[in-house]
Amino acid sequence: MIRFILLQNRQGKTRLAKYYVPLEESEKHKVEYEVHRLVVNRDPKFTNFVEFRTHKVIYRRYAGLFFSMCVDITDNELAYLECIHLFVEILDHFFSNVCELDLVFNFNKVYLILDEFILAGELQETSKKAIIERMGELEKQE
Amino acid sequence: MGSTMRGLSVFISDIRNCQNKELERLRVDKELGHIRTRFKNEKGLTPYEKKKYVWKMLYIYMLGYDVDFGHMEAVSLISAPKYPEKQVGYIVTSCLLNENHDFLRMIVNTVRNDIVGRNETFQCLALTMVGNIGGREFAESLAPDVQKLLVSSSCRPLVRKKAALCLLRLFRKNPDVVNVDGWSDRMAQLLDERDLGVLTSSMSLLVALVSNNSDAYWNCVSKCVKILERLAKNHDVPQEYTYYGIPSPWLQVKTMRALQYFPTIEDPNTRRSLFEVLQRILMGTDVVKNVNKNNASHAVLFEALALVMHLDAEKEMMSQCVALLGKFISVREPNIRYLGLENMTRMLMVTDVQDIIKRHQAQIITSLKDPDISIRRRSLDLLYGMCDITNAKDIVEELLQYLSTAEFAMREELALKAAILAEKFAPNLSWYVDVILQLIDKAGDFVSDDIWYRVVQFVTNNEDLQPYAAAKARVYLDKPALHETMVKVGSYLLGEYGHLLARRPGCNPKELFAVINEKLPTVSPPTVAILLSSYAKMLLHTQPPDPELQEQIWAIFRKYESYVDVEIQQRAVEYFALSKKGAALMDVLAEMPKFPERQSALLRKAEDIDADTAEQSAIKLRSQQQTSNALVVTDQLPANGSHSVGQLKLVKIPSQNMEASSVDEGRTEVYGAVSKVDPESASSADLLGDLLGPLAIEGPPNALIEEEQSQGIEANPSSPGALALAALGDQPNSAQPIVNIAERFSALCLKDSGVLYEDPHIQIGVKAEWKAHHGRLVLFLGNKNISPLASVRALILPPRHLKMELSLVPETIPPRAQVQCPLDVVNLQASRDVPVLDFGYRFGTTMVNVKLRLPIQINKFLQPMTVSAEEFFPYWKSIPGPPLKLQEVVRGVKPLSLSELANLFASLHLGISQGLDLNPNNLVASATFCSDNSRAILILIRVETDPADRSQLRLTVASGDPILTFELKELLKEYMINIPVTTPVVAPLQAQTPAPLQLEPPVTPVTNDPGALLAALL
Repeated sequence: MIRFILLQNRQGKTRLAKYYVPLEESEKHKVEYEVHRLVVNRDPKFTNFVEFRTHKVIYRRYAGLFFSMCVDITDNELAYLECIHLFVEILDHFFSNVCELDLVFNFNKVYLILDEFILAGELQETSKKAIIERMGELEKQE
Repeated sequence: MGSTMRGLSVFISDIRNCQNKELERLRVDKELGHIRTRFKNEKGLTPYEKKKYVWKMLYIYMLGYDVDFGHMEAVSLISAPKYPEKQVGYIVTSCLLNENHDFLRMIVNTVRNDIVGRNETFQCLALTMVGNIGGREFAESLAPDVQKLLVSSSCRPLVRKKAALCLLRLFRKNPDVVNVDGWSDRMAQLLDERDLGVLTSSMSLLVALVSNNSDAYWNCVSKCVKILERLAKNHDVPQEYTYYGIPSPWLQVKTMRALQYFPTIEDPNTRRSLFEVLQRILMGTDVVKNVNKNNASHAVLFEALALVMHLDAEKEMMSQCVALLGKFISVREPNIRYLGLENMTRMLMVTDVQDIIKRHQAQIITSLKDPDISIRRRSLDLLYGMCDITNAKDIVEELLQYLSTAEFAMREELALKAAILAEKFAPNLSWYVDVILQLIDKAGDFVSDDIWYRVVQFVTNNEDLQPYAAAKARVYLDKPALHETMVKVGSYLLGEYGHLLARRPGCNPKELFAVINEKLPTVSPPTVAILLSSYAKMLLHTQPPDPELQEQIWAIFRKYESYVDVEIQQRAVEYFALSKKGAALMDVLAEMPKFPERQSALLRKAEDIDADTAEQSAIKLRSQQQTSNALVVTDQLPANGSHSVGQLKLVKIPSQNMEASSVDEGRTEVYGAVSKVDPESASSADLLGDLLGPLAIEGPPNALIEEEQSQGIEANPSSPGALALAALGDQPNSAQPIVNIAERFSALCLKDSGVLYEDPHIQIGVKAEWKAHHGRLVLFLGNKNISPLASVRALILPPRHLKMELSLVPETIPPRAQVQCPLDVVNLQASRDVPVLDFGYRFGTTMVNVKLRLPIQINKFLQPMTVSAEEFFPYWKSIPGPPLKLQEVVRGVKPLSLSELANLFASLHLGISQGLDLNPNNLVASATFCSDNSRAILILIRVETDPADRSQLRLTVASGDPILTFELKELLKEYMINIPVTTPVVAPLQAQTPAPLQLEPPVTPVTNDPGALLAALL
């Protein structure tokens, strides 16, 4: 299962943090700091997987943003790696050509999209179309 | 893009414009002050404003600031009547609070109302929050409602997929909330779902459920296979669910993951369909240019590999897998190479592919030098896993070399692994000593105490090694800038064995003392303590006493008599006093006795590395089991010709004190892997005690050994004494079986997998494979509880005609884990006796002990044959009569139709020869019987029935072996007369009667045969 998802920029600013396991406040800060340090200096030619404590972080860099998912060591790495990409495609579609600023100013939307995509640390919906349509429904209600 | 909140955007802009962290803090503080004041005076707040402030708080929280004061505000929005506020409440609460937060308790009711209410949007919000942060309390009060939504026909897929994952969360928090009985059928129905969103979510739920109890969900197996066919074979999914042309790779992966939790797939059709799909995936996955497509297809491929490994597919497919992995570990693409290494390591754990993998050793070592630490780690794991006697030297030397350049993050693991491999596979002991000393020299900081304790144990127990080790230590102690661990081990060895070097240059007592004493001023108190002991030993070994050395050492003792550390002070005082007593010193400071054999603390340590995963993975369970096999490798008979595995045994001395343990040892050797319960006293802390502790000054060292030995026996329930007790029925079972043991046994005699035993705590399953006179059974010990089962032990009492070897059974079974214990059987001759598994465990304070017959009946060693008339009749006629051909009219036969009889024969591995007997009421069958002692023996059987009276028939059995003929005839009679109720031979064992053992011919008790021993005691 996914333990947590982080979206951080190169400077380590957290743009989104979603935890599916109960962590204390201080622990979350530590995790965010450590994960950033772990991924930020890795060579692009390296694997997208890096061991983190007793788990594994699957990460991918898009421009200046790092998308990291912490999963169990027994989980299927490539499946989660593409899960990240699918999420990025959904964001890209929703914001039409997404950039970091979109995610900063609409962080609330990003949380909404994520909740339609992943729940309880597991993949909920893999149809881009279904998620985009659902977002449309929700916006009408606001 | 919907409504945006201007105030929020302005605030974010302000933050972005802050030049530095200090200005940002000022801006945040200002905002927080503002929000606090506004919340205090709630009356003036519009719902819109509330919503805006709560979002702002989340933003501030993401920046890393504390917003505890606002938790209440966020939570209270959940009760708002309108969607926009409620939405903010739910989402922000999920981000700010974790499941343990008290505030969540207050809203359980509100959340429940939203879940059971009519508003679909509210349902979704509530399910999402509970799915993300719901704890036990939510599990207990909401699970039934969530289950209802999941299977409701009136809910949209949107709600149901959320309900599935919400239920998954609740199940993880408290597995009891899903009632297995009622749920397995529903779960199977869910898998018929057409909506892929619901199906994807449900599959994740299924994975969690089956990882916990695969037996209850067997009805899902064929459905999973159908889903795989639908996706991977028929590509029957809506366009929106294909990802770069691949039908939902995630669902494919999850489905294959679920299938890995079922011990086996019995139905031949389902199995065939599954293998067809797997074959298609293995063969049809090509490397493509598009990264995403490539990743997705390989995600599926690697999961398929794992499933093939799990199902122990026909050898052909397994070698395909190895070939694929071999290709992967040499590709440039780092992710694929990483996964190749990782999966190769996993493959080592499930099958015997060591030799093929060894061919890639050079490639794997190259990866140990890869710039990417992730790849290096995988390579290290693989090298560790594939190491054996043939390549240990190469691999360990590579590891030592790498140790000097490895980053700190890896050094400790590296050192530990090198030490374990050196111990397990050393071609000779001096090499082992060399490796460990090098290890300490190169990476002293990363060498745990256990490592040097272990080398001391070996040296102590192997006299041949002592001068060598002492000389080595002497050389190292000359080196500048020594690591303190080297000082410890060096001075210990020189204190104990330095006198053995007396004739060598630079090694007289004074010189040795000087080289050690040089270190004294710079070492820490624990090392000082060791040094003091070494000095005392040196005094002892210097005969006649050297007054000058004596004076030097006494001076040091006197100096430390007032030392601040009590341990050191005591040693100094006592050694000083003792050394003045002359002869008394001899007794007290005599050479350290040999250490009793014990499991290496290092191996135990390696085993302790825990993995924290949401679901116990099937492959993980196997691998855990495998690790524990490795741990006792020194106790086991050498397997696959690697004779040296036992070489590093701590050598036993044949002194009287050790007699008890020799008996014990003998037993262990005969049975190879009887579970051995190490007394607590063998912990590593105790090793420290042995080396540094009071042993040397408290009196004759043998006393302690004796005590330890007797403890060992008491604590070892499989020692002869304990066994006798159990057999006499002194320990009534406090956990009642919940299956009919006799029935399970009978059923398993006719098929090769299923449940053998189950009680409220444990389930024991069996899966067997037979090949001629060899058999391999795997016992699946599944802990059903959420707390561990301790003191697990399994002892096989084999009848005389079977040779059996059970791999080690771990002492504890972790909560909800299943361990697999392979059991190898070789058949020596024909007999209807079956082996007995004497099994026990402790749950809390409850001790449970059962004796279970294992379904290794004579028929398992039969291979069905169909013979032609030309083969049959000459042979049949060539056997004239008793004792090779026996005929009997069997009365009181169960009314079986001829086809039922044929089915029965087929499940007993007897081949029916149709049409051979011209009388349609007769049945002719044949088989070959395989045993280790003779060539395969042909058996012919004829059954003549009377259509007018089904209660009797005439049975004729013929073979070239009179015993075989008799035993088989009796066996068939048992099945014909009464299926499957027990007969005297197969007496119910719940009562713990020793009946099966009594059937053995009386033998003179041999101490190392527990079966015989038990028989003699009775």
